[in-house]
Amino acid sequence: MSFLEYAPAPESKSILHLKKGYGLFIDGKFVDGHGSAFTTISPADESPIAKISTANEQDVNLAVVAARRAYEKTWSKMSGKDRGKYLFRIARLVQERTRELAVAESLDNGKPIKESRDVDVPLVAAWFFYYAGWADKLEYAGLGPAPRSLGVAAQVIPWNFPLLMLAWKIAPALACGNTVVLKPAETTPLSALIFAEILQQADLPPGVVNIITGAGDTGSSLVNHPDVNKVAFTGSTAVGRAIAKSTAGTGKKLTLELGGKAANIVFDDAPLDQAVEGIVNGIFFNQGHVCCAGSRLLVQENIHDEVIERLKVRLSTLRLGDPLDKNTDIGAINSKEQLDRIKMLSNIGEQEGATRWSSDCVIPSKGFWFAPTIFTGVETSHRIAREEIFGPVLSVLSFRTPAEAIAKANNTPYGLSAGIWSEKGSKILGVADKLRAGVIWANTFNRFDPASPFGGYKESGFGREGGRHGLGAYLEASWHMSAEHARSTRAPKSLPAATKTQAPSNPKRASEKGQVKITRKAAGK
Amino acid sequence: MTIEQALAPTSRAVRLLGTDLSEKNLKLHLEGLSGVDAVGLEARAAALSTRSIKTTSKAWALDTIIRLIDLTTLEGADTPGKVQSLVAKAKNPDPSDPTVPRVAAVCVYGDLVAEALGALGAAHGSGGPDGIAVAAVATAFPSGRSSLAVKLADTSDAVAAGADEIDMVIDRGAFLAGNFGRVFDQIVEVKQACRRPDGTFAALKVILETGELNTYDNVKRASWLSILAGADFIKTSTGKVQPAATLPVTLLMLQIVRDWKNLTGERIGVKPAGGIRSSKDAIRYLVTVAETVGEEWLDPHLFRFGASSLLNDVLLQRQKLLTGHYSGADYLTID
Repeated sequence: MSFLEYAPAPESKSILHLKKGYGLFIDGKFVDGHGSAFTTISPADESPIAKISTANEQDVNLAVVAARRAYEKTWSKMSGKDRGKYLFRIARLVQERTRELAVAESLDNGKPIKESRDVDVPLVAAWFFYYAGWADKLEYAGLGPAPRSLGVAAQVIPWNFPLLMLAWKIAPALACGNTVVLKPAETTPLSALIFAEILQQADLPPGVVNIITGAGDTGSSLVNHPDVNKVAFTGSTAVGRAIAKSTAGTGKKLTLELGGKAANIVFDDAPLDQAVEGIVNGIFFNQGHVCCAGSRLLVQENIHDEVIERLKVRLSTLRLGDPLDKNTDIGAINSKEQLDRIKMLSNIGEQEGATRWSSDCVIPSKGFWFAPTIFTGVETSHRIAREEIFGPVLSVLSFRTPAEAIAKANNTPYGLSAGIWSEKGSKILGVADKLRAGVIWANTFNRFDPASPFGGYKESGFGREGGRHGLGAYLEASWHMSAEHARSTRAPKSLPAATKTQAPSNPKRASEKGQVKITRKAAGK
Repeated sequence: MTIEQALAPTSRAVRLLGTDLSEKNLKLHLEGLSGVDAVGLEARAAALSTRSIKTTSKAWALDTIIRLIDLTTLEGADTPGKVQSLVAKAKNPDPSDPTVPRVAAVCVYGDLVAEALGALGAAHGSGGPDGIAVAAVATAFPSGRSSLAVKLADTSDAVAAGADEIDMVIDRGAFLAGNFGRVFDQIVEVKQACRRPDGTFAALKVILETGELNTYDNVKRASWLSILAGADFIKTSTGKVQPAATLPVTLLMLQIVRDWKNLTGERIGVKPAGGIRSSKDAIRYLVTVAETVGEEWLDPHLFRFGASSLLNDVLLQRQKLLTGHYSGADYLTID
C-alpha cells in the first residue's frame, strides 16, 4: 500500500444535533416562514441535510419590526460595556462549540474540515472577541467624541465563508449598538441557524439579531425594506450593483464587498518554495471560492517555467475528496450552478487558446467537484484573465519588469486584493504603493485578522470591514450630525461626559459650530 | 557509489561549477540560491503537521519509523557495557513481539565502534533489511573545534575500526565567518578519509548544527555546500545544541535534496537528529518526507532519525495499536 494514500480519517458527524427542519430566527425564537421551504444539501454527495424555511415579504417585515423594537427598547440604550459582555459571551460559546460548527460548515458548504476547523471557526471567535473589546471604546474610533449607532442593519452574506461572513457582519454591528436582520445564502444556511441557537444560549435580548433564510427574493425584500438604516452586502458584483441602485436616495448607509480578480505577483527574487505554497493557498484555498483569491498569477518571465513546474508537482499532492476527512485539501464545489459556471469559463479558456492542465485526481461520482486547474499562456485579453471564476482555476500570465507587473495587475475592473512575492523589501513597498487593491499581501496570501481592515477598490465594492475602520460602517460620526439631528440623538449611555480634552484636536472639525454643544447635550441625557 | 565519485570527491562540485572551486566562486554560487521565507516555511511545516494518520497508515508509519532510527548513545559516560546494551535493544527492540523490525543503525563515538560491531555479530549489515549498520561521530564532535589533522585522524580511526557511516560536523565558525571554501575543503578531506583500503567509502553524514546557523538561509547554503562537497546525507544537529531538529528545518533540507535530485538525478539522504521523542512527532516527519520528496525517500538509505528515547514511544504506540490498550514504561526495555 502507499503511505500517501493515508487511511480515511473522517471527522465524526455525531457531534451535530441537527433538527429535521429549521424555521426563521425572529425575535429570539424559531418561527415558521410563510414562503415555500427548501432543502439544504451536502454538495459532496447531494444528500439532504435539513428543511429550511423561506422568509417572504411578511416574514421580512416581522424580522425588521423585531429588530427595530429591540433597537429602540434595549440595544441602543444598553451601555457599551454590557454590549461587549454579550459579544464576549458569544465568542466563548463559538469556541466551545468549535467542532460542531466546523462539521456543520463543511457538511453544508463542502469545504475541507481542516479549513473550517483551523481557519473559519477560529476566525469567527476572534472577530467577536475583537469587536467585543471595541463596544465600550467607540469614542476612540476616530469618529468624534460621540459616534452614534445607525439603527437596523440588513445584512446579506454569501456561501463561501458562511459563518465567517456572518461574524464579519454581526460582530461590528452589535458592538456599535445596531440591531441586525441577516440573511445567509440559500445554499449554506446551516451554520447561521446553529449560530442562532448560540445566541439563545448567550441570552442575547430577543430581536437584537434576527436570521432569516431564503433565496434572492428574500434578500431583495430585506435590503429594500423601508425601515432599514444600513445595508451590508457581500457577494457578486451584479447583485451589489442592483442593491446600490435600489438603495440610492433612500438614506440607507451602504457597504458592498464584491468580486475580485486578484493578481499574485511573483518576482524572480522570490523565495520560490514559499511562493509556490502561496500560489496554492491563494487560489486553491476553499476551492477558490474566495472573493480575494489570487486567481491571476503574474510570474516574471525568466522564472515562469520553473515556477509552473514546481506548481504542478505541488498540485499533484493535493488531496481532493470527502470534506469531512481531516486530510482533505480540496473539498466540493458549493453548488451545481457554481460548478457549471466554472466549467463554462474553463472551456472558454481553452477555446481562447490558453493551455489547460488539471491535476490527476479521482473525482467522486456524486456531488459537485472540479480538479485543481491551471491555465498557462493566458493573455490579458482572455476572459479567464478578466472574469471572476470563483473556483479552483488559476490563470497564469507573465511579465518582464516591475512596471509591466503593476500595469497588468491594475488592468482589471476589480481591486480587492493582491499579492507580492520578493525577498526585497523595498521592491515590495514600491510595488504595493502602486497597486490599486484594498488588501495587499507580501510573501503570504489569504491571511485574515480581525484587526486588519478589508475591502475593495473599483468594482470590488466600498466600505471596510475589520479593524477600527470596520466600525465606520456601523456608526455615524459625531461631526456628520446636524444640530437638529443631534438634539434627537440618543447617545449610548456609556459615553463619558464630554470635556474639552475630548473635543477633536483637528481645528477644522472643532470649529464646526455646535460640535461641542452636541456632545454635551448628548452626554447630558 | 560511482567509481568516478570514488576517485574524485569534488566531482559533484566540478560538474556544477566547473573546475574553479575557489572561495569566491563558491560564495557567488551559494549566494545565488533563492531565499527562504521563514514565516512561509514554518506555515508549511505546521500545515503538514495537521495530517491525521490513522489505523493501517499509522501501523505502517510506526514500523517505518523503527526501520529509520539511528539508535544513538553519545555521552562522555559511554562504556562497552552501555554500547552492548544499546546494540541488544537495536537487535530486539521489543522482546515481547518478534515482528518488530530492527533499527537502521547504532550511532556511537568512534572509540566504541569495535564494541558495537562485536555486539552486533551476525546482525551487522548496511542499515537495510540485511542488518544493522554502525555509525560513528567524528571530526571533534560535537563542536568541530580542532585542527584538520585531528579531524581526519578521528575519521580514519573510526573507518579503520569498521564504521559503516561517519557523522561529521561542519566548522560552523568558518561558515559564519563566510569562509565557505574552508568548510567545503574540510568536508572533501573528510570524505577522502572515509575511504577504505578496498576503495569503497563509509557513508558520510554531514551535520550542519542548524541551531548554531540560526537562519534558514544559512541552513540552505550549508546544505547545498555539503552536498557539493560530497555528503551522502545532510543531518540537522548533534543533539548537543538547542534547538536541534525541527520540522521546518527538516522540510527545508528535504526541499534542497529534492532540488538536487531534479538538477542532477542524484539522491541525497536527510537525517533530523535530536529532540524527536514522540511517535506523533516522528509521523509528522514521515508525512513531510512523503509529501516533499516522495515515498521513495522513506528508506534507511535516504532518511534516518537520530534518536534514542523515540524508539520506546513508538513501541508503546505499536502495542496500543495491536492490543487496544496502553501498557507502561515498565513493559518496555530500557537500553
